[in-house]
Amino acid sequence: MSETVITPHVSFHRGELWSAITRDRAAFAGGILVILLVFVALFAPWLAPHDPVRQDLARALLPPGGEYPLGTDEMGRCLLSRVLFGARISLAVGFFVGGLAAILGMFIGLVAGYYGGLLDEVLMRLTDIFMGLPNIVFVLAVVGVLGPGLKHTVLALVVMGWVPFARLVRGSVLSLKEREFVQAARALGFSHWRIMVRHILPHALGPVVVLATLHIPHAILAVAGLSFLGLGVQPPTPEWGAMLNAARSSMRTYPLQMVAPGLMVFLTVLAFNLVGNGLRDALDPRRRSRFTF
Amino acid sequence: MSLLVIRELSVDFPLPEGTVYALSGVSLELGEEERLALIGETGSGKSVLAGAILRLLPAQARVRGEIWYRGTNLLALSPEEMRRFRGSEIALVMQNPASALNPVLTGGYQVREAVLRRGRLAKRLAQGKVAELLARVGLPERAASSYPHQLSGGMQQRLLLSLGLALAPRLLIADEPTKGLDWSLRSQIVQLLQDITAGQRAFILITHDLAAARYLAERVAVLYAGQVVEYGLAEDLFSLPRHPYTRGLFASHPARGLKPIPGMAPVLTSLSRGCRFQPRCGQARPVCAREDPPFVEISEGYFVRCHRCFR
Repeated sequence: MSETVITPHVSFHRGELWSAITRDRAAFAGGILVILLVFVALFAPWLAPHDPVRQDLARALLPPGGEYPLGTDEMGRCLLSRVLFGARISLAVGFFVGGLAAILGMFIGLVAGYYGGLLDEVLMRLTDIFMGLPNIVFVLAVVGVLGPGLKHTVLALVVMGWVPFARLVRGSVLSLKEREFVQAARALGFSHWRIMVRHILPHALGPVVVLATLHIPHAILAVAGLSFLGLGVQPPTPEWGAMLNAARSSMRTYPLQMVAPGLMVFLTVLAFNLVGNGLRDALDPRRRSRFTF
Repeated sequence: MSLLVIRELSVDFPLPEGTVYALSGVSLELGEEERLALIGETGSGKSVLAGAILRLLPAQARVRGEIWYRGTNLLALSPEEMRRFRGSEIALVMQNPASALNPVLTGGYQVREAVLRRGRLAKRLAQGKVAELLARVGLPERAASSYPHQLSGGMQQRLLLSLGLALAPRLLIADEPTKGLDWSLRSQIVQLLQDITAGQRAFILITHDLAAARYLAERVAVLYAGQVVEYGLAEDLFSLPRHPYTRGLFASHPARGLKPIPGMAPVLTSLSRGCRFQPRCGQARPVCAREDPPFVEISEGYFVRCHRCFR
């Protein structure tokens, strides 16, 4: 046969995605930081020198050094241990809220865009309503009704978080469902579900990944903020926002107690944002051409 | 018994700019294992006809008439019943294989997916069927692990055809399968179409390729501006075309003198009374502009829509 298999030139490969990310130094640094944070969160029990919740009032507010590298808080708990353990909650919340909001929003957008008509109308007006609600007010209202606690905050953040994902995916699906390979799949008699999940969704996934990555720091900040207000994670669980709140009383005499958790929040949010921006640039076809030709 | 009977099928699209009358009063019959070629210029309604048979037209399309497939009126089926007919009873091979294949799935995956459309199969059985289908359309095994963009145009067309054959449909519809292929590839694809249809299934070939139509089809329907203007056995139609449009179409073919038909096909939003070809027809009479020509059987099984041809 005269026809041959040609090797691809302009296709998108994992290797290319990787090289696009490593070329972007900021995103690369962000990625390393994220990996480091995940490592810290996973191995906190082994990395931490002390039990993060054990109180020892005789050793309250010790300066850094010696047995306590970052000193102790007003209850005599090891600050370093608390900061390390704090990564667990923040990252777990970030990934959980980002992931769940993405999945929920993706399917709402997929169904709305694919079926269109009344269903689309109803779902999109629903997203309008959610978009119109001020984020923080809604979360405060949920926590006010259900009571403070991590579970309720996370629930409220997911309920608010799916909206941009639904919008994003619906937009892509509207144009994707007119593509010829989707028509061809219909001509072969595939079920709606299969067409949506196998033939449409993979093409809409790129921007969703970017948005999800940028949604993670958003959720982390929200939980830290609510915990700072005393509505999220409850003491004595080590959490950065709650630690900042606890450190408030001794801020003037003992500022380091605020710096450590504050810096962690800052670095985590920065790291995820850098990765998210890098991914967005790497997945943008207009920028990608620079790397592929 | 006929496999497919189309009676007075009309399709129009109500658009803000006016209603487009894409098909008007199309009646055709297709026997078991009969092969029909639909020829006509771009915009004559060939692809709309295929879309109407499979009920894949956009939601705003207004479809009237009847399409009987083995005693079932397809236009009366529920969407779910119609979905089950697609692929397994009637398969459509769309034009432009490059965009009709899913770019993110391998050839093998797409064939396997089509094979498994009707239900699960044992893994080995499914794999055997995929290999068999690829071999049937003349694709090498490595095509199974290639993505569509890694295949040449001819191979993409073969892969698309294998998807159409996956569930062994009784009726295969191919929309311009030889479009955009060079001459040697074209004859290969035509030969392949011959191999997979002759004596095995009914076939509707939508094409501009007169040579392919003549080679592959027993019957030919010529469409002009949404109407069948001439319909009969291929040998009769090609040796003695009756309708002035068919004659013009044949004369415009490069092999027969490259003589274009003067004028343009009518705009399908504003159709006036009378014969739709009359403004371009060299033999038009006054009656042609006044009255719609009837679709008349001038000899057994041979129909023409022309005032001139039967008076």
